[in-house]
Amino acid sequence: MVTGLTSPAGQAEPMGQEPMGQEPMGLTRLAGPASLAGPPVGVLALQGDVAEHMRALRASGATPTAVRRPDELDRVDGLIIPGGESTTIWKLIDIFGLAEPLRKRIADGMPVFGSCAGLIMLAARLPDPASGQQTLGGIDMTVRRNAFGRQVDSFERDLDVKGIDGPPYRAVFIRAPWVDEVGPAVETLATDPGTSRIVAVRQGRALATSFHPELTPDWRIHKMFVDMVRDPA
Amino acid sequence: MSVQNAAERSERPGGGAAAVPAGQPQKGTSLVKRGMADMLKGGVIMDVVTPEQAKIAEDAGAVAVMALERVPADIRVQGGVARMSDPDMIDGIIAAVSIPVMAKCRIGHFVEAQVLQAIGVDYIDESEVLTPADEAHHVNKWDFTVPFVCGATNLGEALRRITEGAAMVRSKGEAGTGNVIEATTHMRAIRSQIRKLTTLSPEELYSAAKELQAPYELVAEVAAAGRLPVVLFTAGGLATPADAAMMMQLGADGVFVGSGIFKSGDPAARAAAIVKATTFYDDPDVIAKVSRGLGEPMVGINLDTLAPEQRYAGRGW
Repeated sequence: MVTGLTSPAGQAEPMGQEPMGQEPMGLTRLAGPASLAGPPVGVLALQGDVAEHMRALRASGATPTAVRRPDELDRVDGLIIPGGESTTIWKLIDIFGLAEPLRKRIADGMPVFGSCAGLIMLAARLPDPASGQQTLGGIDMTVRRNAFGRQVDSFERDLDVKGIDGPPYRAVFIRAPWVDEVGPAVETLATDPGTSRIVAVRQGRALATSFHPELTPDWRIHKMFVDMVRDPA
Repeated sequence: MSVQNAAERSERPGGGAAAVPAGQPQKGTSLVKRGMADMLKGGVIMDVVTPEQAKIAEDAGAVAVMALERVPADIRVQGGVARMSDPDMIDGIIAAVSIPVMAKCRIGHFVEAQVLQAIGVDYIDESEVLTPADEAHHVNKWDFTVPFVCGATNLGEALRRITEGAAMVRSKGEAGTGNVIEATTHMRAIRSQIRKLTTLSPEELYSAAKELQAPYELVAEVAAAGRLPVVLFTAGGLATPADAAMMMQLGADGVFVGSGIFKSGDPAARAAAIVKATTFYDDPDVIAKVSRGLGEPMVGINLDTLAPEQRYAGRGW
């Protein structure tokens, strides 16, 4: 049970004490002690699959920490915006005064990675936002929410992702958004073969995927992000 | 029936490789179904009966809405057989919001479930709040592309539902009462039974599986991980921000709020407050702040006054 109101400065969350839920099934042991020395990387912990990103970060050599307040954001070197409901996450960002601190850190070059709802949050433009819904920006792209359809249309498939060595990446798309168009500064990392839509992008220190690399025990994309945090070239 | 394709069958525990050709997208897999529930974590799912209520819920920050014809409190008052909602009514709610829409089918009523899948709901709740359609069998949920959430009062019940294909579990509580006592009992029971499992020796796990009336492999998996292999929400009787935060502190991944919102004096304010309290469930200052000025909560029912046949939690087997 988490009872501390503010986590002490610079201190990592103890294992298994994520603010939301616990470690997902059967993979706890993969998160080795190596994480203790890794760079502090936050996961925006307002709503969504926070614990899965924490696990993936730990397995990728970072020290994950939950971010729900501006002072917690100050203490991380990079940030993941998880999967979840983008309308809910935006409302909570807005209500709890995180919008400007987040926009400032992203504009200042903090490495940031968004999956699914996180990709939506990093979009410069949404053609069909819910009422009052805004984004943080960071990537010069237009993103269409729930573009792949409802849950019965959700799917998993193998995907080639630029910058990822080895076999194709098993990508899980859940009520997923896609990228309608990107500006010249944005690098397309993956395209869905079924629809030819862009589903993974990078612009500078901002990375985003329509799919959920945190749901499968293949840490290659999280490792790519942790490398961006270690060496923010 | 188109929903029964080989790929979904292969997702049964111990199932073989998928029959979908390599490189093609696979729908309705366990990863996709359980992953959908992961995206709801830390969130509030609200019962709504009209598109207008669905909008209020979405604007308040709900992660999903449950479309139904009558909230449980009204089902209690009005009596009669409670069934799946009218498809037109569900369509209206789907059209009104962009967040996921869930809907309930009766326990064991696999055709209501087929209809809900055809309409395109995002999750089916095979729910004890509706009048059961089968007194021995639940729906075989592996047959469907759409994921299911089911209620449970204890670990054995939760594991039996997962064995039947549920991709999400909610503790049952006692719906439509505005009284959180049963939700507390069921959450504590499930969490405590899981903790107990983690301490057992291999030979003790076999006998635990027998007592839980659940497959040994699943029991062993839960014992090793110290948690269910699916997301665990709480439902049934939550009416205040503090109720929601208490369930989160007891280990819920998120909460369902049924009658508690739209049977209260100021639904929009109460809905938004419960959303905030669920995110900051461990911060009493935030919970205190959001609990102010919410108007009247739903009246609620003292469970001592409910006859056994009026209790919904006993439905399901």
